[in-house]
Amino acid sequence: MKTIQFTELEGRSAGFFALMAILIAIIGAGLVSALMMHGEGHHITGMTNRIVWGTPHVFAVFLIVAASGALNIASIASVFGRTIYKPLSPLSMVLSMTILAGGLAVLILDLGNPEHLLDVPLTQFLYNSEPARWTQSVFGWNFILYSGFMVIVGVYLWFSLVPQYKKYAKAVSIFAFVWRLALTTGTGLIFGFLVAREAYDAAILAPMFVVFSFAYGLAIFSLVLIPTYVWTGRELGEILVKRLKSLLGIFVAASLYFVIIFNLTNFYSAAKSEGIQSFLLFGNNSYSNAFWIGQILIGGILPLVIVYYPKIKARFALMLAASMVVIGGLSQMYVTIIGGQAYPMDMFPGKKVESIINDGGIATYSPTIYEVLLGLAGIGIMLFLVVFAMNVLRILPESLADKDVDPHHSA
Amino acid sequence: MSQVKESKVDQYRRSFLAQSTAIAGMTLTSGVILNSVAQAKSADQPASDKNRWGLLIDANKCSTGCNTCVTACHEENGVTGSGNPETDPQWIRKVKLTDKQTQKVQTIPLMCQHCAKPPCVDVCPTNASMKRADGVVLVDKHACIGCRYCMMACPYGARSFIHEPTTEQIYPRGQGTVESCTLCVHRIDDPNGPRNPACVEACNAEGHKAMWFGDLKDPNSEITKRLKEYGGVQIRADLGLNTGVRYQNLN
Repeated sequence: MKTIQFTELEGRSAGFFALMAILIAIIGAGLVSALMMHGEGHHITGMTNRIVWGTPHVFAVFLIVAASGALNIASIASVFGRTIYKPLSPLSMVLSMTILAGGLAVLILDLGNPEHLLDVPLTQFLYNSEPARWTQSVFGWNFILYSGFMVIVGVYLWFSLVPQYKKYAKAVSIFAFVWRLALTTGTGLIFGFLVAREAYDAAILAPMFVVFSFAYGLAIFSLVLIPTYVWTGRELGEILVKRLKSLLGIFVAASLYFVIIFNLTNFYSAAKSEGIQSFLLFGNNSYSNAFWIGQILIGGILPLVIVYYPKIKARFALMLAASMVVIGGLSQMYVTIIGGQAYPMDMFPGKKVESIINDGGIATYSPTIYEVLLGLAGIGIMLFLVVFAMNVLRILPESLADKDVDPHHSA
Repeated sequence: MSQVKESKVDQYRRSFLAQSTAIAGMTLTSGVILNSVAQAKSADQPASDKNRWGLLIDANKCSTGCNTCVTACHEENGVTGSGNPETDPQWIRKVKLTDKQTQKVQTIPLMCQHCAKPPCVDVCPTNASMKRADGVVLVDKHACIGCRYCMMACPYGARSFIHEPTTEQIYPRGQGTVESCTLCVHRIDDPNGPRNPACVEACNAEGHKAMWFGDLKDPNSEITKRLKEYGGVQIRADLGLNTGVRYQNLN
């Protein structure tokens, strides 16, 4: 294997500026939407007091989960010693940080009072007589996990890029791997700890989110890698693409396994089987459609067929399967987050419940353009930052041709 | 030092006399003031864990079609909306329950249940959701970032997010923050002694007398006596939250 040369993007072409302009426009539209939500109030969204987390959360949680998964390529190379992935490690690290930044931006911009976040460290941590109380909140843990992730992966990247620190990179990579597992566990537990809601309240949500993250992160990674190499005219060999494709297949299969176990377990409970499970899976509504068509078919079965069907060109197959996994991932988040809230909480078993807020019925929800634009801005931020990083940091190998990445390759 | 003590004693005497006079007068006129002067506290005194404030609601006495408690609550606390029930704040709401087997119909008011172990407090990342020593669960509007995780965690759907700019305010409210029943905490903290929350007062005034407010830790309070005599259930008792709001004849 030759020594891999890393170089920046040139970043002077018309295509580059056009791409950045489009991304800035997407981000701008999201920011304007967020400003309107804060000026007018959240009533301009489709969110209500029943559906308290809407489309922005679908995008935000998807991105946050995918962020940790995007680090997998670096972890596989460093922690598990698969050196063929080594040239992809810097991009994997940068992308994981930018995806997280995109997800967190959406989450923060969707808050009712993001400006209060600035007061929190002072009023609640420094001057609070009970500073330890926030540690009960899995959201509170996630603040630490998210910011810690940025710092640890940042250090990991720094050590990987600077020759004299490279010897420490392995140790940091192990720490980063453990941290990313904790981060996705924490994200899964945001839902897993909601004991009052039937759709959640399950420990399996944490490992399931970890497995989802492998697939979502790798899908986004592939969707960034291939166009970058195509558009910049750099070589990207079949060997790496085929490896990534197989890996995606394994992650998708593992995700399906968890989905099956999670749903079978829920069907075992009579209350859930007749209630939330029937609603989400067989309710003939947007959630059951998103589950079967989005999550299972487009996000699960078809990508599996595509990645393992030998007659499809590897690069095209990976792009197609990865795109489908992203659609499947967003569908999964829609079913989990919004479907889980739409179904009424079972406060009065055996009773028909009616109230001004339709306590006993299915909550309605139609996302508005503001929510969709804010969610898309998360993807815009992620892409803008990663392209910017490619432009200023040497994170992209000059060539990923087979002869450059595989020591055993014979042309 | 002794001067300070004496002046405090004088202060307490004066406040005791003022409270006694006020209480005597008000009890004679309307009977809405709760029993003990000992429970009165000054504004700078913290809530005490010697009390646990709670409500008892008799489902059989709650009148179908009556919305007095809801109106009184929202008037008392300046809770207004734009007419869209899905986004308007609902500190308290009437819930109609129809037994699927017997078709028996009951209505009850549903509000924050002031849990001893509130899930909303556990999940809050900024300590904005909090429980006072006397069991009242509140939201600190200055610390609430509007993440709505408490609304996801509340088993009773008792919390509302302020979806629109607030115009007229009686007590601090803010767009983008979460709020819920405060058990009329301003009445609990009344320097003249705790008073019934607006909902209870209105229910009594209407003649239904379906709600009792009081100290669950005081063995002589009406609420404790009634609970001891007739029992009471918690909604979602399976969650083990030990709610401060109990219901009778909910079957």
